[in-house]
Amino acid sequence: MICARTFKAIDILKQEEFYMSKVLSAKNAVARIEDGMTLGIGGWGPRRKPMALVRELLRSQCKDLTIVAYGGADVGMLCAAGKVKKLIFAFVSLDFIPLEPYFRQARQNGTLDVMEIDEGMMLLGLRAAAWKIPYIPTSLGLGTDVIKYNPTIKVIDSPYDDKAWVAMPALKLDVSILHVDRADARGVCQIKSPDIYMDDWFARAADTTIVSCDELVGSAFFSQNDEARSVFWERAQTSSVVPIAGGAHPTSCAPGYGFDVSHLKIYNASVKEGGFSAYFEKYIATKTEQEYQQAVGGLEAILKLPLPVY
Amino acid sequence: MSTMVSRDSNNTDYSLAELMIATAAEAFRHDGEVLASGIGILPRLAASLAMKTFNQALMITDSEAFLLAEPNPISGRSSHKGQPQETWMGFSRIFDTVWSGKRHAMVQPSQIDQYGQTNISALGDNYHTPKVQLLGVRGFPGNSICHPNSFFVPSHSKQVFVDGECDMVASIGYNPARLPKGYSFNDIDIREVITDLCVMDWRGPNHSLRLVSLHSGVAIEQVLDNTGFDVYVPDQVPITRAPTVEQLTIINQLDPENWRSKALKYNPRGNRWASDSTVPKLNSTVVT
Repeated sequence: MICARTFKAIDILKQEEFYMSKVLSAKNAVARIEDGMTLGIGGWGPRRKPMALVRELLRSQCKDLTIVAYGGADVGMLCAAGKVKKLIFAFVSLDFIPLEPYFRQARQNGTLDVMEIDEGMMLLGLRAAAWKIPYIPTSLGLGTDVIKYNPTIKVIDSPYDDKAWVAMPALKLDVSILHVDRADARGVCQIKSPDIYMDDWFARAADTTIVSCDELVGSAFFSQNDEARSVFWERAQTSSVVPIAGGAHPTSCAPGYGFDVSHLKIYNASVKEGGFSAYFEKYIATKTEQEYQQAVGGLEAILKLPLPVY
Repeated sequence: MSTMVSRDSNNTDYSLAELMIATAAEAFRHDGEVLASGIGILPRLAASLAMKTFNQALMITDSEAFLLAEPNPISGRSSHKGQPQETWMGFSRIFDTVWSGKRHAMVQPSQIDQYGQTNISALGDNYHTPKVQLLGVRGFPGNSICHPNSFFVPSHSKQVFVDGECDMVASIGYNPARLPKGYSFNDIDIREVITDLCVMDWRGPNHSLRLVSLHSGVAIEQVLDNTGFDVYVPDQVPITRAPTVEQLTIINQLDPENWRSKALKYNPRGNRWASDSTVPKLNSTVVT
């Protein structure tokens, strides 16, 4: 029987030589994100964000991205680094720090193209893309400035009643990046957190889905008990698997670890103390992910971060 | 806390926060079986108090991903383990509930205008270069057209109750100019407004803001002077009912570490007739 211990990627490759392996390094996986692409980012605020992949993206030359996210520091960092041409969002927040510092800065400087929509409209847009339909009719947004400031979102008549409906357009993604608890080399992904957020829809709405995982496991893992019940999309929706323990830091990956309150406070304060370039130089620029983790207290400390109590 | 207190009007030993929790709970009294979402410490306590007392049919979440058979205390807990879970209620299920209409949210907008439209997105004249970027519209557009909403305002001021329209209209209100085709005002359901000065609703002429009750020690002029548009004042304006001893006991059980005492600046007393001159003025912090 295969237990939940972490396998080295090479063990998995041997075990599953009859299957394709989707395991890639973060650098090689992120290389699939090209200038001008539309990128979906899973998670929610400071919760289960693919931050190691975001850091890899920050180290890359990639630019002019359109980002779709329930945003947190992922969006803030990409905005601060000048990677974002357009942001499709309902909020950007660190939860216990309500206002994301660099998102706020980018907005107030007027440097960002935005499509600001209701949280539910974003879900509908992802579903429309996943289902390959052009739009989903909804009442969300009617009577508000969401419609006024987004002239590309049409208000239409219905063939079935006499009311106005918002035609929420498909949010087709070139690439999605997600972080999950566990995955195997074939792209079976498991989320054990209390909430999966909209990660399943981000996976389905994208041509290419890159998933980082805290733990790479053998395929037999999922046949134990009810483990397969915590798998929310089929492996065909997963393009690449990037094993990075602690890869959601400084966001949470419950039940494994909580978000790093003190690090997020440092990040938040950096906007007034040297700006993002100082933060980037200190933690990300020339660092490997291992070096990043050492700089923030080490992997062992990350995996012990207490879960938030709401 | 063994001081002798009697019910209602003679009970002077409560804070303004507790008064606001008890009166905000009233907003959920006749809701029946809906998801009661109080966003922020005081609204969450209000929804929890309503469920623990006069509307046990309410549904409530753990503020993370589960529906609970009874509300969690907001303070004094170290984990979510062992909580009385009823069903999974992640964000996508919240949307299913929102869209079904079986929800009543009590939210804390940064701006509210004469139409009951609200804003938590951004402040300033130019949307493309906001003076102050706030959260973003979050679920406000959808909430406002799908289910009832009440507003909780910790600091009643003209910065919140703005002249004209909100800088960014994030929720639909009773504005004839924005009413969608096929809709009437009957399709929009904005309920109570609970502030640190008074209780109001949108049952004035043409769904205008109406004064319902004044908190103890507050004059009508204070409300009018701190609101950026006209408030309809009926002939009779009662004093907001004080929390009962039973309510205060339950509030304390729901918040054993007294986080509510930090929710309003200076934690003013609830009965301001009884307050002395050393109590600071009533302005409290702006909660976004």
